[in-house]
Amino acid sequence: MSRLKLTNISKSFGAIEALKGVSLEVAPGEVVGLMGDNGAGKSTLVKIIAGNFRPTTGEIRLDDKDMHFTKPLDAQLGGIEVVYQDLALCDNMTAASNVYLGREATKSFGPVRYIDYATMNQRSGELFQQLKSETRPRDLVRRMSGGQRQAVAIARTLLSEPKLVLMDEPTAAISVRQVAEVLDLIRRLRDQGISVILISHRMPDVFGVADKISVLRRGQLVANKEASKSSPEEVTGLITGAIEAA
Amino acid sequence: MTTLEDVIGHSQHKGWLSRLMGHQVFWVFMAALLACIALTLMTDTFASERNLFNVARNFAFVAIIAIGMMVVIASGGIDLSVGSVVVLSAMTISVLMADGYGFWFSAIVALCVAMLVGAINGVLIAYAGMPAFVVTLGMLSAARSAAMVLSNNKMIWEFGPDHDLLLWIGGGSTLGLPHPLYALGILGLIMSLILRWTRWGQHLFAIGGNESAATLTGIAVKRQKVTIYMFSAFTAGIAGVLMAGWLGSVTTNLGQAMELTVIAAAVIGGANLAGGEGTVAGAIVGALLIEVIRNSLILLGISTFWQGMFIGTFIIIAVAFDRFRNMQAT
Repeated sequence: MSRLKLTNISKSFGAIEALKGVSLEVAPGEVVGLMGDNGAGKSTLVKIIAGNFRPTTGEIRLDDKDMHFTKPLDAQLGGIEVVYQDLALCDNMTAASNVYLGREATKSFGPVRYIDYATMNQRSGELFQQLKSETRPRDLVRRMSGGQRQAVAIARTLLSEPKLVLMDEPTAAISVRQVAEVLDLIRRLRDQGISVILISHRMPDVFGVADKISVLRRGQLVANKEASKSSPEEVTGLITGAIEAA
Repeated sequence: MTTLEDVIGHSQHKGWLSRLMGHQVFWVFMAALLACIALTLMTDTFASERNLFNVARNFAFVAIIAIGMMVVIASGGIDLSVGSVVVLSAMTISVLMADGYGFWFSAIVALCVAMLVGAINGVLIAYAGMPAFVVTLGMLSAARSAAMVLSNNKMIWEFGPDHDLLLWIGGGSTLGLPHPLYALGILGLIMSLILRWTRWGQHLFAIGGNESAATLTGIAVKRQKVTIYMFSAFTAGIAGVLMAGWLGSVTTNLGQAMELTVIAAAVIGGANLAGGEGTVAGAIVGALLIEVIRNSLILLGISTFWQGMFIGTFIIIAVAFDRFRNMQAT
């Protein structure tokens, strides 16, 4: 049983082959660390899974069903959520409003539909508690720490009870203490049976949280193995090409 | 141990007083109130019924458009064409009524023309990706020119069969209050509710706060932007119709340089030119302060040449106040 199964995914942009025959499997509740140098094809792969790009060849299966995403909304409806690198938060709004951004809860009063703040605050509060984050639904995002902002972005993905969460460099620009918070958040997702693909440059973060490590080099998957059976040295070698494959 | 209810119930402001004091609107309102009290004591003309009536009516025109401008500014845009939309709308209703059409038909056509201008602005800004400043600057010129073409640059003071109705609607009063004030009250109330309680309102502030985030979360940013500029033009259109009735004659220099007063009102009232912030109450109070200053200069016999100096100072103070508050917060 696999949550996500990519078979032989290739993507070319004109003459450039960004991905060459990538096959990857992610089990339910598994955290996969996706690593690779700049230009190795990480973000192309993520964008294909998230529905931003269509693969040139290959197939995507989610819970053993064939998927053909033409736009990000298709992937979202299929249960794939993305935490963007810049988090895509509105600083001027509350945590709850950000969690519900674009899919606000509403109530009807005759023909008039109005925003149901009570439900939004309640549900966001529950999600933050589920993530064990000290984030308050009615606080403005502007006044939040980096870790709290991450919690808001991750709570947003939980709103639709996703199957798979893609995280693009979530630990790239935050302090050491906040990194620990984010890794905790990722473990919470895993504990709920949600699969996570973590794209990161930072070796200790990936080894701290990932069950499996996949390495891309020049568009090809050169390694896909248990984190416990690998080491930062080996992964560095794989990324740079010093080690051919593992 | 804090419970979930505590966390959800937690608000960043403790009491209602500290909450009130944290708002720029409160301080601007205080400034306007102070000016009113000072004027009442210093002159015997300010508190006269006639003068208050005039102040209320003049401020209502600016405040109506300031609400539209605030919405545009909160979305991170700007609309420089409102003054020209005022004259285009006023000229449309005048020309139609002078040709013998009824008031309601002419008014609806005038508002439709105004919203068409807004739609053109919005489409060029949202879909063609042109800067709002440039598009609406072009429209400032084009819409006034259209009003001149429409009227052949003549003054219109005969409004056909519904002549008296138009003058009553724009210049009359009910229960001692001028009609534009009612229009402002209704518009202000509806917009306050829309901004706070509808998805359109939430998305407006989301677009102003972080446009790319709004796009990524699936908000129809482009479509909403068109409606935002249409709304701004709609408020200018309403002001144009009411001003036609108030003045009893329409010339093509109506609403000239009005965009600056309106932007000033919105900014003094706390709208953030970087987007994401603004309130209806703020826009109204900002317009009130400007009109009270204008009126006080006249009553105190100070040359009206000083008016720009005062309004300019208030804009800068308002923005400085905002900076100062944000520095404290971080």
